[in-house]
Amino acid sequence: MSAPNKSYDPVEVEALKPEEIERMRDEALAAFAAAGDLDALHEAKVAHTGPASPLALANREIGALPPHAKAEAGKRVGQARGAVNKALAARQAELEAERDARVLVEEAVDVTLPYDRVPAGARHPLTTLMERIEDVFVGMGYEVAEGPEVESEWLNFDALNIAVDHPARGEQDTFFVADAEGRSGSGVVLRTHTSPVQVRSMLDREPPLYVICPGRVYRTDELDATHTPVFHQVELLAVDEGLTMADLKGTLDHMVQALFGGEGMKTRLRPNFFPFTEPSAEMDMVCYVCRGESVGNPERPCRTCSSEGWIELGGCGMVNPKVLTACGVDPEKYSGFAFGFGIERMLMFRHNVEDMRDMVEGDVRFTRPFGMEI
Amino acid sequence: MRVPLSWLREYVDLPATETGRDVQTRLIAAGLEVETVERLGAGLTGPLVVGQVLTIEELTEFKKPIRFCTVDVGRANGTGEPQEIICGARNFAEGDKVVVALPGAVLPGNFAIAERKTYGRVSRGMICSGDELGMGDDGSHGIIVLPPEVEIGSDAAALLELYDEVLDIAVTPDRGYCLSLRGVARETATAYGLPLRDPALLDVPAPNAYGYPVKVADPIGCDRFTARTVVGLDPEARSPIWLRRRLQKAGMRPISLAVDITNYVMLELGQPLHAYDRTRVQGAIGVRRAEAGEKLTTLDGVTRVLDAEDLVITDDRGPIGLAGVMGGANTEIADSVTDPETGEVRGTTEVVIEAAHFDPVAVARTARRHKLSSEASRRFERGVDPQAAAAAAQRTVDLLVLLAGGTAEAGVTEVIAPSAPRTVRLRADHPDRVAGVVYGRETVVRRLQEVGCDVYGQDELTVTVPSWRPDLAHPNDLAEEVIRLEGYENLPSTLPKPPAGRGLTARQRLHRRVGRALAGAGYVEALNYPFVAEQVFDQLGLAADDPNREVVTLVNPLSDEEPAMRTTLLPGLLGALRRNDGRGSHDLALFETGLVFHPGDRAGAAVVLPVDRRPTDEEIAALNAPLPEQPRHAAVVLAGAREQAGWWGKGRPSDWADAVEAARTVAREAGAELIVRQGQYGPWHPGRCAELAVALDGEQRTVGYAGELHPRVVKALGLPARTCAMELNLDAVERASAGALRAPRISAFPVATQDVALVVERDVPHAEVERALREGAGELLESIRLFDVFVGSQIGEGKKSLAYALRFRAADRTLTVEEASAARDAAVALAAERTGAVLRGA
Repeated sequence: MSAPNKSYDPVEVEALKPEEIERMRDEALAAFAAAGDLDALHEAKVAHTGPASPLALANREIGALPPHAKAEAGKRVGQARGAVNKALAARQAELEAERDARVLVEEAVDVTLPYDRVPAGARHPLTTLMERIEDVFVGMGYEVAEGPEVESEWLNFDALNIAVDHPARGEQDTFFVADAEGRSGSGVVLRTHTSPVQVRSMLDREPPLYVICPGRVYRTDELDATHTPVFHQVELLAVDEGLTMADLKGTLDHMVQALFGGEGMKTRLRPNFFPFTEPSAEMDMVCYVCRGESVGNPERPCRTCSSEGWIELGGCGMVNPKVLTACGVDPEKYSGFAFGFGIERMLMFRHNVEDMRDMVEGDVRFTRPFGMEI
Repeated sequence: MRVPLSWLREYVDLPATETGRDVQTRLIAAGLEVETVERLGAGLTGPLVVGQVLTIEELTEFKKPIRFCTVDVGRANGTGEPQEIICGARNFAEGDKVVVALPGAVLPGNFAIAERKTYGRVSRGMICSGDELGMGDDGSHGIIVLPPEVEIGSDAAALLELYDEVLDIAVTPDRGYCLSLRGVARETATAYGLPLRDPALLDVPAPNAYGYPVKVADPIGCDRFTARTVVGLDPEARSPIWLRRRLQKAGMRPISLAVDITNYVMLELGQPLHAYDRTRVQGAIGVRRAEAGEKLTTLDGVTRVLDAEDLVITDDRGPIGLAGVMGGANTEIADSVTDPETGEVRGTTEVVIEAAHFDPVAVARTARRHKLSSEASRRFERGVDPQAAAAAAQRTVDLLVLLAGGTAEAGVTEVIAPSAPRTVRLRADHPDRVAGVVYGRETVVRRLQEVGCDVYGQDELTVTVPSWRPDLAHPNDLAEEVIRLEGYENLPSTLPKPPAGRGLTARQRLHRRVGRALAGAGYVEALNYPFVAEQVFDQLGLAADDPNREVVTLVNPLSDEEPAMRTTLLPGLLGALRRNDGRGSHDLALFETGLVFHPGDRAGAAVVLPVDRRPTDEEIAALNAPLPEQPRHAAVVLAGAREQAGWWGKGRPSDWADAVEAARTVAREAGAELIVRQGQYGPWHPGRCAELAVALDGEQRTVGYAGELHPRVVKALGLPARTCAMELNLDAVERASAGALRAPRISAFPVATQDVALVVERDVPHAEVERALREGAGELLESIRLFDVFVGSQIGEGKKSLAYALRFRAADRTLTVEEASAARDAAVALAAERTGAVLRGA
């Protein structure tokens, strides 16, 4: 090491000669370039930028130079070290990127592997279809009304203008509940429709009344491909001042548009008879698949509607004033409309279910694909 | 009701181009449910001609007897020569007139007739039976033998009216009048705006005292009875072709001339008629209620024991008919029989015709009681036009005179209970207000008149309804008539404006949430029938006094094996599990939410309430009293793997803990705190049963059970091993809801974590240890979690180690180690005091 106060000419210090510094720089750059991986680069880094590296040692020599030479030598060494550090950083980045790329390739997986560790569950499509229908009406301001499934005969029949000897009472194949001694005549039945819920709604509240009554109902049919003794209905009841059949028609049109979407969805009313409505109608909806275009068009047959263009939906009408009276609603002041239809049937034509039993048996292979909503 | 279009045209001049489909469309729009239009003669093309059999040569060399016939078909075959035809049938003779299908004809079923060699001869055509022509069953199955007067060579298709269309109408209970051609013709005329030729508009002689004596003892049950007598009937007279064909097309079988005529008039006018053989009736005809236990053999040969409510027709001997339902065998019209020795034809020659009107309710009850629905009872139940009785009797008399050569006696009996025409008052704009359409008074009056009403008044109308429409009794009935005739299809579509609603109720929202949460946890919903066999409670291991054995039963269950309504969801759900397992799905998690039925104390009996007013609150309570309790339950069942094995590693079988977790899932959705404790209950494994409880009104109430099923139950019900289940009362859980959640305060200071392992006796439940730790740790405790349970020799026989992670945090400062340790020590101390827990390693 040179003594500080001794004056040297820079050129006389071997290590600070310009060509020597260039050499050191070039060696460093060559070493970095030659480093094939991060470990080799680290070694080159220690060798060429570490405290014992030629450039570091050269830098230390500068202090021994006379003042006039210091600046020039300092500048020369500084430039060289700058170039070396820059090259080092560049190579470091290059090698790290190479390593990262290699590691990520090694970590690659088969993303097509399944992960059915806990198989998905599902809600029954009858449940979700009923909720879907409820939501259409709840959105319009209706409320959902519920009632008992084991029901009083008066509420299931008499209040609905189905007297004991009315032909319609015999037509609805009713399950009768036995009394405490196991005998008939208890006055209690399994409800044959959700209409008693309508009756209860009218008994409970003053009009205006806008309710939708979904639920399970019972009739003594044996289970086969098209019948089930336990099935589901949605009924609707509106009681207010000045309600008309046009309102009924509009409400039905709105429902089929909301449930089946798109252009041209509408309903058709055909006169019919029900004791609890007067006037009464059978309601059909335009076939949501062919939209009526299969009618008289053998080129385009429609399986959903058998090329009829219409699908039968259910019954409807203006609430019979006798029913309003029995439920304590003044028929002079109020009128009402009601409709009802079966959910099983709608599920069958909306989702091409071919056999009623599929909806009854609880086979997970049927239900699972329907998921959470419908 | 089957309505041949050709018959309908007799009363309405429909345009000739109008097809059955066209009429169907119009009638459907007017409210008649025309289900099908049958095209008769479809697939039938001629030549089909009348021929006379000239010679018959019996060919005997074949397995069955064959006839080689020559048939005169006039000029129909172009040559006038006899037609040679091979025929296998034998019910015709030389000289008979028959129907011949000539070569070139095609019969229904695409059966082409051609000249062909058969049985060693050349057959040039076919002699036809009714079946081969698609005419429907006439009972003979043989060759049609035509009356001798038909012309040889004439068109047999026209003669037999083979080409026609038949509308099949499902008549609703309010439209009894459409069980007749007259009624359907009236609707058709109105639908087309054409005049109606009413077949009931006949000249009828006035009643007199010389008619057959009739005594009506029950004028409520029978408000009209017309009797006419025809004598001198020719027993040899047969129903003409047109009459037979109309009956066949309408779906009735021709029987004998007198019976065919009464059936024909019933179809035409809707009035059921009965013909008695006068020589077999003794004394006056009466109408009264039966005496209980009286017997009557009806025309179908069944001897019936009568009820005191049955309305019967009598003579001096007793009942001779069930009024409006079916006649008796003892006064039946005799079939014509040919005496084999003399060739004389004997049969009924004198008849008494009954055209009466019976109470619809009485007829309906009798028909139901005797399980005997007839053409007559179907009509009376739905309402028959009482004013048509006399015309129907007259029409029957006329046809008997015309077709059977009879003579009408001058006596006309008519017993009529006095009644006034029925009127309905309604505002002229009432139909407008019902429909939401302005029809105007003029239209309303015109439409009501078309229906057959007489209408008086201006703004307030007084409407006299026609005798054939007993269903028209209220203003809305008349509004319906106007609206349907103006066309339901012309109603506009408007939307009412309901008041703003409140959305779903809390119970409804919870029901949906529970379904979603369980489905989200991998359960598949099954909707099972609620019918159960009572033996299932034995299979489920319920104690003899278990309240779930108290069931609601059905009087008329679908299956006698399953007469009861469920008190638990498990039988149905386990049935679905077993079914799935049997079909090859073994890893199963199913759920159901639904009502169960507990009879309770069933206070009160059936109440009969009027319907002309609202029931009082007491009456409503009386209606509800006999109803069972019907709470909504939620249940799950599991079997097989809960987690599948796969490339990620092993699977995991479902176990008791999954079942308990399902209960927690439900309770979480309800916002209710679920108390889980060791329990024992029928269907569950005694060591793996959790009793589920909630706090209700300050008391703990058991709401269900969860865990692994008892091995005995698994065996009894044929379930997969280790099937697990959970069931709880969802309504009770909902009531235990804590209400709106108060938001937690979140501290940003650091957490201090302390783990403790506590050794307790094996039978000390974790829940108690945790509760003590929680209480002892005080308010600095943020959370506690059991992260390990260890059993082994290191900790001693009969003991277990429970390892908990405790997290402490303060709202206002960083806790010191000392503070956290002190809280932990307090927690452990309380656990030690309460449960005998010892710090592991201490």
